[in-house]
Amino acid sequence: MSVVAQSDPLHFALIGTPNSGKTALFNALTGSRQKVANYPGVTVERKSGMLHTPGGRSVNLIDLPGTYSLRARSPDEEVTRDFVLGRFKAEAAPDLLLCVADSTNLRLALRLVLELKRVGRPLLLVLNMIDIARRRGIDIDLDRLSAELGVPAITAAAVRRGGTDDLMRRLDELAATSETSSTPAQWQAPAAAELRAAQREADRIIAAAVKTPASPDTLTSRLDAVLLHPVAGLVILLAILFVMFQAVFTWAKPLMDLITAGFDALGAFSHTMLPDGLLQSFVENGVISGVGSVIVFLPQILILFLFILLLEDLGYMARAAFLMDRIMGGAGLHGRAFIPLLSSFACAIPGIMATRVIDNPRDRLTTILVAPLMTCSVRIPVYTLIISAFIPDRTIWGFASLQGVVMFGLYAAGIVSALGVSALAKFMFWRESPTPPFMLELPDYKLPRPRSVLMGVYTRARMFLHRAGTTIFSMMVLIWFLASFPRPPAGATGPAIDYSLAALIGHAMEPITSAIGFNWQINVALIPGMAAREVAVAALGTVYAIEGGKENAAQIGQALAQHWSLATALAVLAWYIFAPQCASTLAVIRRETGSWKWMAVTFGYMLALAYAAAFVTYHTAALLGG
Amino acid sequence: MALGLAHRGFRGHITGIAVGGDTSDLPAGELERRLLELGFTEGAEVEILHEGLFGRDPIAVRVNDATVAIRRREAMAILVS
Repeated sequence: MSVVAQSDPLHFALIGTPNSGKTALFNALTGSRQKVANYPGVTVERKSGMLHTPGGRSVNLIDLPGTYSLRARSPDEEVTRDFVLGRFKAEAAPDLLLCVADSTNLRLALRLVLELKRVGRPLLLVLNMIDIARRRGIDIDLDRLSAELGVPAITAAAVRRGGTDDLMRRLDELAATSETSSTPAQWQAPAAAELRAAQREADRIIAAAVKTPASPDTLTSRLDAVLLHPVAGLVILLAILFVMFQAVFTWAKPLMDLITAGFDALGAFSHTMLPDGLLQSFVENGVISGVGSVIVFLPQILILFLFILLLEDLGYMARAAFLMDRIMGGAGLHGRAFIPLLSSFACAIPGIMATRVIDNPRDRLTTILVAPLMTCSVRIPVYTLIISAFIPDRTIWGFASLQGVVMFGLYAAGIVSALGVSALAKFMFWRESPTPPFMLELPDYKLPRPRSVLMGVYTRARMFLHRAGTTIFSMMVLIWFLASFPRPPAGATGPAIDYSLAALIGHAMEPITSAIGFNWQINVALIPGMAAREVAVAALGTVYAIEGGKENAAQIGQALAQHWSLATALAVLAWYIFAPQCASTLAVIRRETGSWKWMAVTFGYMLALAYAAAFVTYHTAALLGG
Repeated sequence: MALGLAHRGFRGHITGIAVGGDTSDLPAGELERRLLELGFTEGAEVEILHEGLFGRDPIAVRVNDATVAIRRREAMAILVS
């Protein structure tokens, strides 16, 4: 870079109520120069980016979580409060606060401005979405507003080209003076009487400085008449969810197959290029399949986040939560949890990443905990292998295929247990703390801006590759190591995995797993199966010495039918409903919760459930003569 | 009367916030402040625009120029006329 910094970059922070268009403004000001990390010690996302003013100043801009008040009621809002008040040890106090307000809906934002004045930091009110306000005939007297509030104000239209030029120029002027104009902080959490007084004052200022036409946004009310209709609204929501699920499930498939085929070809290429031995195995089975196993999830994540961000920017997400609140609330889940949970039927990884739509950290954590119980698509190869090998292909009750009924039962067991676990988690972890009430603003509908949506999708994709990718990759290498070391002795006859640490673990586990009907071969196959559930199919083929990997599923099925009892087969199915058999999912949970603890909790409870389910299934089936 | 008891189409204005014993899991003062922060202040105009399917819950309420979704349980604390 040729630009020489004139001085240390200034720190500006964006603060505002939810739906103020704060993130769109952040995107417009910082472009793609964004960094997403976590605040130290908390799982709240810290979004920052560099912007360069026309005058050449460098500013580090931070997008704080949306809030109605500095009175912190959640970890997100605590971050906002502590940051604004300069209480974060590792962070400099902001040199300037930019309070972002939706120009069409100023009431709550102006109350927040009055509260922020007490912080004593330089403050600028940004009237965002001014283009929409003007179109609706809302007339804001900027000078009057600014004078009444005692805070400089400027208009902006984050999603319009050139909509932030005035703001940029103003930032330059303020950058020159901001270091000197701080006053001591007088803020303390406002009591109810102060909130009332501040709102009255805000309402008085609006009456003086803003002229609003008599009729509110008619488009939003006409759309809501259908989209929030008790019956039609739910039907439309289900239709949207169906399309979304289909998209994640089927649109991503060709791309994922392409990626898999590409990495397989690359692996085969490295196989021929490198001499047989450890290096060949490491490059082919460790590095290339490790990287491949990260990238293969990318199409699903891109499609899912495209939908989520479109719905969010459209203003529909809050409506969906409204429609689903009662239904999800029965199971102790938040109204917004349905999108992550539905996505988890395709794959828990995009599902867990999608829990970001849930603001409340407790609700988000519950959803993350139960998402892996939803039957994801890679369980299907394992299910179909075992079902076709053990469940007779016949019709029951005159119309239903027995195999289909078993498959449905496996799906249903996943859903029911997810609801049960979420109710239990609520009871166990959060009995003391009160249920957060469901209260949220339903913003006016807005046409999403492609640029802003694409930028959001890009940020998510980059975050996934960067943050989850490193963890998934290292787990893949570990699994490769377990399945490859030590090397088989010279002249060994069995498959190489029989001599590895994986086999050692498999044998050591036998006393524990014999109670659920698993032999050591199953235990061994479960270890490479941690890489991805469907790998267990190929691994079973390997331990039963069948060439051809997963393409040869029919033959593997025959071998299983010879070696396993029906009770064992059913126990493996029961195991697979619950078992934490996916290193990538665990890695994403670790990343998304920011703690090893919740990864361990997930791993532990799923393992316990899997063991219990397999135990009951095995012994019931054995008792009935299976 | 309480906003939590009103039907769809109800129009009126807020006369007070009074948090009863089991209105919410939140402490009374906390619920009051949250309602105030969402704009449910004395004198504000309210109208119930939409209701959920099950138990007519939650409700979407127009408060002056904004729309807020809230459960009837919490809306019991909002007095209207």
